[in-house]
Amino acid sequence: MEATYNYKVVRQFAIMTVVWGIVGMLVGVIIAAQLIWPDITLQLPWLSFGRLRPLHTNAVIFAFGGCGLFAASLYVVQRTCQTRLISDGLAAFVFWGWQLIILSAAVSFVLGITSGKEYAELEWPIDLMIAVVWIAYAILYFGTIMKRKTSHIYVANWFFGAYIITITLLHVVNNIELPWILGGSTSLFGMFKSYPVYSGVQDAMVQWWYGHNAVGFFLTTAFLGMMYYFIPKQAGRPIFSYRLSIVHFWSLNFIYMWAGPHHLLYSALPDWAQSLGMVFSLMLIAPSWGGMMNGIMTLSGAWHKLRTDPILKFLITSLSFYGMSTFEGPMMSVKTVNALSHFTDWTIGHVHSGAMGWVAMVTIGSMYYLIPRLFGREEMWSTRLINVHFWWSTIGVVLYIASMWIAGVAEGLMWRATNADGTLTYSFAQVVNAIYPFYTIRLVGGVMFFLGMLLMAYNVWKTVAAGKAVNDAAIPQAVHA
Amino acid sequence: MDAGLIGASVTVLFFLLFIAIVWWAYHKDNREKYEEAANLPFQEDNTSADRRHA
Repeated sequence: MEATYNYKVVRQFAIMTVVWGIVGMLVGVIIAAQLIWPDITLQLPWLSFGRLRPLHTNAVIFAFGGCGLFAASLYVVQRTCQTRLISDGLAAFVFWGWQLIILSAAVSFVLGITSGKEYAELEWPIDLMIAVVWIAYAILYFGTIMKRKTSHIYVANWFFGAYIITITLLHVVNNIELPWILGGSTSLFGMFKSYPVYSGVQDAMVQWWYGHNAVGFFLTTAFLGMMYYFIPKQAGRPIFSYRLSIVHFWSLNFIYMWAGPHHLLYSALPDWAQSLGMVFSLMLIAPSWGGMMNGIMTLSGAWHKLRTDPILKFLITSLSFYGMSTFEGPMMSVKTVNALSHFTDWTIGHVHSGAMGWVAMVTIGSMYYLIPRLFGREEMWSTRLINVHFWWSTIGVVLYIASMWIAGVAEGLMWRATNADGTLTYSFAQVVNAIYPFYTIRLVGGVMFFLGMLLMAYNVWKTVAAGKAVNDAAIPQAVHA
Repeated sequence: MDAGLIGASVTVLFFLLFIAIVWWAYHKDNREKYEEAANLPFQEDNTSADRRHA
């Protein structure tokens, strides 16, 4: 038992990554369709846009992305520390705890239970569950690092470690809230209702300090940990520059912490804090692009592998989208650009270029690497199908973000257009009318991305059916560099 | 000390810290250590096909 890796928990999370990816993206497709055909869900309150939208965002970020990160981090920490997870029981607790949280989240959103804080909509009982499971995860992860057999801690683990610590901090601080039942509420709804301890602009600042660092540490730092392991492995060569990865790590994590105020430009937040957020967002280009180049240049001298290996295509294309969205993000944080882009669909396009292009594609690539190894196969059942998946996803993302750029800029320009007498040139409904075609293109892009996930599920199904769960992956005994 | 001076000091301090990190990462004494570290993902495999030394 001691001389093998714990693949069970990795396998469970890897499979659930695919399952939750399909669920989360399906909900995304439904709400994209609702924006074109508002009555498509028969006006059922449970399926209204306001309830499904947080279900979509939480499902793709914390269920799909989260399971992918649990799978990747728990695999990478074992393989690069050459030791088994400290506790199988704790690993099982983290897996089942996280699944229970996801189910509770889905039910509560459909019932309309929400705290109203974006990406932190879950109410206090689920917030407490998350805190417990997350700390169990931290103990499992850092405990495993502490009993490592290698002298050095590989850089991917630094990124995963920073993510685990920071998410603990962000989650706890942003969700300090007072449940309404403490105030004597006896209604069923009141049982779950809570109010944050912060108020006014402080509440907004705490929320976006959390919100942007959810992007910075959940959706970036952690997936960079994935990048630093799976790209070298799939390419069969070490990372381009390990030294650059160290500078990348410290500078990215230091700068990300301060970028939150760019969500509150032209608000009641003090001007100096807005400028601080904008400056730190601009500085983020440097470490973001440094990391991107580090990943892409790992292929230098082996570019030909991109032609034949669709898993590498997923991983390298994800870095290209990462580079694009980390250039776009700082630009959008410039006050004058933000004056045009804020509240428009440009923001939605930007988020999806990061979420679909970077996060989902690096996860998909990593799962295609991982799943055959967890089921005792050399490779996935069909490499051709991975290639088809790659092209559907790529075209889907491009349709999505291009249509949202056009829609967003059109909205920004039409909303600000005024007549000579100062009245607005366009009514809100006229603007909505103008962007209908782009909503349709977005839906097409989203459907393509979703269908790609179904192809993945089929491919995974066939791989699992042909393979056998690996529970005896041996840990190398002699460790010499 | 007013807020401006504190802000300036902290900025200089973190800038120096950044320089120190770059110096540490790129110091020639550490070259070999980091090259070994970069190969950590490849030490785990028993199959030589998956292994590569820089």
